[in-house]
Amino acid sequence: MKINKKIIYFMAFIFISNFSYGKIIIEPGPNAYDRIQEALILAEPYENIHLSSGYYEIEDGLSLDIDNVTLSGDGLDKTILSFKNQKSGAEGLLVTSNGVTLSDFAVEDTIGDAIVVKKANGIRFLRVRVEWTDGPKSSNGAYGLYPVESKDVLIDSCIAIGASDAGIYVGQSERIKVINSEAKFNVAGIEIENSYFAEVTNNIAHHNTGGILIFDLPNLPQQGGHDILVKNNKVINNDTPNFAPEGNIVGKTPNGTGIMVMANEKVILEENYISGNATAGILVVSYLDEYEDDNYNPLPNKIFIRNNQLNNNGFEVDKVRAEPIALLTKNKAPEIIWDGVTSFPEWIGLSKQQRLILGSNKTKDKKTDMINLNLMTYALLPWFHKIKEDYDDYIGEGISLAEVNFKTKW
Amino acid sequence: MVIKYSKFISFLFLITLIGSVSYAEPHKQLSDYNFFKDIKNQIPRDETVPYKIANPLFSDYSHKFRFVHIPLNTAAEYSYNNVFNFPVGTTIIKTFAYPIDERNLDKGFLLLETRLLIKNENGWIPLSYIWNNEQTNAFLKYTGHTFNVSWISNNGQEKYVRYRAPNVNQCKTCHEINNKIQPIGPKGRNMNINFFYPSGEANQIDFWHDKGLLNNIPKPLKENPAIWDDTKYEINERARSYLDANCAHCHQRGASASNSGFYLNIEENNSSILGIYKTPVAAGRGSGGLKYIIDPGKPADSILLYRMLSTDPGVMMPELSRNLQHEEAIPLIREWISQLK
Repeated sequence: MKINKKIIYFMAFIFISNFSYGKIIIEPGPNAYDRIQEALILAEPYENIHLSSGYYEIEDGLSLDIDNVTLSGDGLDKTILSFKNQKSGAEGLLVTSNGVTLSDFAVEDTIGDAIVVKKANGIRFLRVRVEWTDGPKSSNGAYGLYPVESKDVLIDSCIAIGASDAGIYVGQSERIKVINSEAKFNVAGIEIENSYFAEVTNNIAHHNTGGILIFDLPNLPQQGGHDILVKNNKVINNDTPNFAPEGNIVGKTPNGTGIMVMANEKVILEENYISGNATAGILVVSYLDEYEDDNYNPLPNKIFIRNNQLNNNGFEVDKVRAEPIALLTKNKAPEIIWDGVTSFPEWIGLSKQQRLILGSNKTKDKKTDMINLNLMTYALLPWFHKIKEDYDDYIGEGISLAEVNFKTKW
Repeated sequence: MVIKYSKFISFLFLITLIGSVSYAEPHKQLSDYNFFKDIKNQIPRDETVPYKIANPLFSDYSHKFRFVHIPLNTAAEYSYNNVFNFPVGTTIIKTFAYPIDERNLDKGFLLLETRLLIKNENGWIPLSYIWNNEQTNAFLKYTGHTFNVSWISNNGQEKYVRYRAPNVNQCKTCHEINNKIQPIGPKGRNMNINFFYPSGEANQIDFWHDKGLLNNIPKPLKENPAIWDDTKYEINERARSYLDANCAHCHQRGASASNSGFYLNIEENNSSILGIYKTPVAAGRGSGGLKYIIDPGKPADSILLYRMLSTDPGVMMPELSRNLQHEEAIPLIREWISQLK
């Protein structure tokens, strides 16, 4: 009996140890790339690779392709991966596996994107900082945090600084939460592109060219972005002149844009504090470039804007990137701007769509002003063109969105 | 009571065993596989068949020695557009080397790495073996390796390259389609060329078939698409062959650049998807301030050529396997874009 018990304990120990997850600790020092990359390749699922605090100089791109691994550090100002002398790799860190957690470290000065995650089912960024330390420059990498073609994306308490495209960018993904994070000195602070079911809440986007962008673009495998909630964010003083390399879509973001929605369906902007953005507080536009794609809808639809607090926006419209706005508003824009582009049947009055829906929004003088630039008429019948400023025309029954529930258990 | 416990013990034991089983470890040394008669000079044994492909990937002017080892009494299935369906147990072997002097290959080669793709029941496993300084054997390394290499090029110039042997994850960047690792080169349209075997010159597909290594080959063999550097073909076809070989392993549906919506595989016909008047999506400074991936008639305004010309890792394409300009291909792509309308 006694012996049997011992055997049981022993077996149980082996049994448990087979399934208990190891922790690999890496210290700063020479050959950092080799040591980290080897750990990332030889990791077992559910293992934790921990980078002790310190400065790691890395010359080649790191990558992780094992499911459910946690890569952690001692803090986003303590464990720093510096790619200042990067010689190869199009990004600092590439993750291609599922259920990964990245936490408590920083990636600095990568030659391309900072952290790219592709085709992951489940990816968490917790307290991660990505930064180009020389401030905004067009030679900086394009994206800071860059999950794409992924499902279950959580970005919580992260910081992105200096990206020449978007600091926090989620593209062609599904079930997304970007929360409690900060984006500054990027061209786009936070951008959700061609994505479904996203919540962007409790973030601060400041000193970017554009604070928060919700875009949908043609000719991509996933398009028709929808069901996006942008709530309770501070979108203030986005005053960095656009420094995106030309040819990129964000290069069109007007200097001083608060929140911009381009195309997409069912978007709620609510309870945001939007202030100090020179071109516009909220900008709702269609995709106006030429494209060849029968499956693409360039028009925004059901964009519901309510209970936002807006003040001191639109005081100096970007004359280059927002030429029609500057022209039609004589450089002083109201808080909310819609380009007014619709389908042709709507334009001639044969059908009606609630493309823009306004709830009550607060401004300093208690009245929110909005403008419909009526660009359709401007383009087609310029002599008859009038901008429309009647806020009440757009008050309507709002839409609601289901809460985003992740399927991944980290 | 005792019986119950012992049942429980055997259950635990079983679970423990299952938990402990791991896959067979790959060999640590290349020589352990016994593919070569003379490993240093890359002379294969009879069961290891050398081959070459019509349109290879440019990898910084390195030379590549390719071999396939198919288990006895098994054969691959032919396909024209897809990689042959190889039997389990197949190994594809590729050694990367620089000539001492490109003008006189008899002076020998510096061997850098030998990559293996091994097919087991679950799919293909990529491995890289790094050659030692003595050039006597190569050793398994998962994390890749950096070599600083110099050699004399065709025009007598001394050339230098920082050559990166990829880590295992980087293998997947190019070799993965729809989450499955695959070889890239050995497909029918890449194999229908002649090779000088010790027994004499022969068509590779016929040779494999005659040796019983390849089934279901068409008779007569379907002609190849253009060979990119053979001027008997038209510019358009040569360019498309080049782009297929050098870009489409990532730029096709299901591959690692699928998010770009920009595909260069030879079967693609939609002009937007091929990049004509297509604006970049996530190129960042890779756009070089240019508006379109391909601006027809205007090579200097086309991002495609800009990224081929660059050697900046944040800009250049392909992202992996290239540090130098491919000087011979640039005029071809320039000419092709200027002919497009």
